[in-house]
Order: sequence, then structure tokens, then C-alpha cells
Amino acid sequence: MSAFLAMLQRELRLALRGGGDVLTLMLFFVIVGAIVPFAVGPDQTLLASIAPGIVWIAAFLAMLLGLERLFRPDHEDGSLILLRHAELPLSAAITAKLIAHWLVTALPLLLASPILALLLAMDLASFWRTLISLSLGTPALAAFGAIGAAVTVPIRHGGLIAPILIAPLSVPVLIFGVGAITSPQSGAAALFLAALSLMAVALAPFVAAFAIRSAED
Amino acid sequence: MTDQQVYPPIHLRATGLSCGRGGMLLTDQLDFSLRNGQTLLLRGPNGAGKSTLLLTLAGIIAPFSGRFGSPDAGAELPLLHYCGHRNASKPRLSVRENLTFWAKVNGPTGMTPQAALDQVGLGDLDGLDAGYLSAGQSRRLALARLLVSLRPLWLLDEPTAALDEPGHQLVTRLLANHLARGGLAIAATHDPISLPDPSSLSTLLLAGAP
Repeated sequence: MSAFLAMLQRELRLALRGGGDVLTLMLFFVIVGAIVPFAVGPDQTLLASIAPGIVWIAAFLAMLLGLERLFRPDHEDGSLILLRHAELPLSAAITAKLIAHWLVTALPLLLASPILALLLAMDLASFWRTLISLSLGTPALAAFGAIGAAVTVPIRHGGLIAPILIAPLSVPVLIFGVGAITSPQSGAAALFLAALSLMAVALAPFVAAFAIRSAED
Repeated sequence: MTDQQVYPPIHLRATGLSCGRGGMLLTDQLDFSLRNGQTLLLRGPNGAGKSTLLLTLAGIIAPFSGRFGSPDAGAELPLLHYCGHRNASKPRLSVRENLTFWAKVNGPTGMTPQAALDQVGLGDLDGLDAGYLSAGQSRRLALARLLVSLRPLWLLDEPTAALDEPGHQLVTRLLANHLARGGLAIAATHDPISLPDPSSLSTLLLAGAP
């Protein structure tokens, strides 16, 4: 357990001492949402009706942006080889990375979402549903992202391939994520989203560990 | 040395081991054997496949043919420390945080991080951001990682790279201590290494691509 916590602590320290990485992601999320009113015009009712979709697209793009730092730095400085030989199982190390990744990429988005809700003229009820939907769905995005990042880590400049790889996996998350905000059966959509996240988070560390182990350095 | 033998009897043998990179065969049909307290030095010109062989022994690259491990069927490879070209030290974490992390993740079975840092001569820099270390100092930090967790097999790739003269002696001293505890080591190096007990040293010359 102390090895797992050490891994988690290391990841959080690296991210939080990273000189504004977390803030950059938050700003990116807000800016993606903020340019939409300029593109589609200041029609309040139209904006409010497409707002859930925009929030989810912004969250999806912001989380793609953070993927690159999940395994790439460890691959480049040789830490990944050593983690394969660590006493802590690689899948446990990846679970710790995944938790840290969610805490430094998804949690800031949740904190920044009120700004976006304001910019997109969301009412309070749909804002709360958006918050719930984002917190239920982002773990799945992080987990699929971890798989994509692990598969592409041996490829030089694989950072551009990972998003293409995980976009199809993320489609259900977006469908049910937006459904949990707008659909009349939003409760059922939220439950499905939660199930998707639980399954993805439970399986992703093993899949990612397998991908890293089978990659030749 | 005051350390007594701490590792169980280990016998490792490579039989018909061929390895290479990117489809190119580098080392063909190697056979060697290694027991407690012995070091195998890998020598050979640049590109002879020393690093590739070490990565293969560490299980990172699959061999083309042959096997490496205990001659007893079913026995697993003992725990090993791999120390490659890259030092795996993280900038933005202090020297001590780097080492404490590896101690916890690999199991804190060896020295305390502070004792290990003192041993490799970084005792006064424990609070410094590891990103500011020189090449030689990062290498010393990487060597300290071998000390905080006790593992019987060391795979060292150019352990003396970037190290100064006292650093070379440090590597020799660490290696001698490790062997005295009953450890095994396989090291690729261009530098002469003189151990107190020369009989524990054997050399494998790699010729390079045939």
C-alpha cells in the first residue's frame, strides 16, 4: 500500500510542480467553450440547448491534451523500464497514475465548469446535471486515454495517434454524458455512464500494463 | 567486508542466447553461467550488442532464441536491478524524493535513502531539485537506487559513464560490497574494473554483428 501511495504522491507532485500545466488545461477547457458563442452567434436559446454537448466536447479535448504526460516522460527517462521490474505490480502503478491523472486533469475541469455554464447561458438545473454527468463520465475518458497512451508510448510522436485511437472508444461516453444532461431519462443515462466508468477504470490498468509490457523498448 | 551473505544460492545460465534489435542479430548463441558472488563483464566495441544483451537479460526485449535463467525448470528469474543509460531521475522532485520513491516502489529492503545518498556522495544535496544535477551526479543518484532495495542481480549498463575518478572507485566499491553479500552482477563497460577478488570476475567479449 505504501508503494501505491508513493506512486500516487510522485505523480501528483510532478503534475502540480509542472509549472502551470493544470491551469493551462483549465484555460483550454474554458476557451474551447467560450469560442462557441462567437461561432454560432449570441442566440441564448440555441446556446442553452447545445451547451451540454459543448461542455462535453471541451472536456474531451482537454483530457486528450493531458494524455501525453501520462507515460511519455517515464518512457523517455527510463523510469518505465524500472517500473516493469518494481515490486509494485505495473498494473497497480498504472492505477495510481490513472487516479492522479483524473485528479489533475478532470477535477480542474469540474472546478472550471461554472465559468463555462455562465458563458453558455445554462440554467442552474442543467448545470447541476452537467456537473454530475462530467464527474461520472470523466473517469472513463481518463481510462480509455490511458490505454491509448500506453499503446502509443513506444511510437515517437505517438501523441497524435492516441486521440485517433481512443476517439471511437469515447463515443459512448459522450452519448451518455450528454444524455445524462438533456435526455428525459437522464437518470438512466447517468447510471449507464457510471457503469461505463467503473468498467473502464477496472480494466484499463491491466490493458495498459499489457500494452507496455509487450512493447519493446 | 562486514556484510554477510544475504541472498539464497542462485545459479543463472544462458544457453544458446541470441539477441538483436530491429531484426538485426547482434549476439549469436551465447552461453555463460553465473553464481553468487560473481560478476560477468561484457566487453566489446560500440554497437556490439552489450546494451541489447542487458535489455534481453532484463526481459525488456525478447531473445531471438535461447534462454536465460535458472537451469532448474520452473524457477523464476531472481529480482534484479537494471541500471541503464537513462537515469530515471525526475526533475521537479528533490534528490531525496526521487530515491525515496524508488525505495518504496521496489521495497525498502536495503539502506535508508539518506545512508545511500551519503554512500554515493550526494548526502549534502538531498534537498536539491534532481533536474539541476550534473550528468555524473544523476548517475550517482541512479547508483543509490541499487542500494535502497536489496536485489540479488544487478544489470549495469556503462555504470561508470559520466563519473569522475572517485566515481569509478565508488562503482568498484559498490560492486565489491554487492558480491560480498552474495549478489550477482552483469556489467557492460569500457573502463577497467579491478575487484579485490579477481577470481569473481569473468569477461565475455562480444564481437558485434557477424
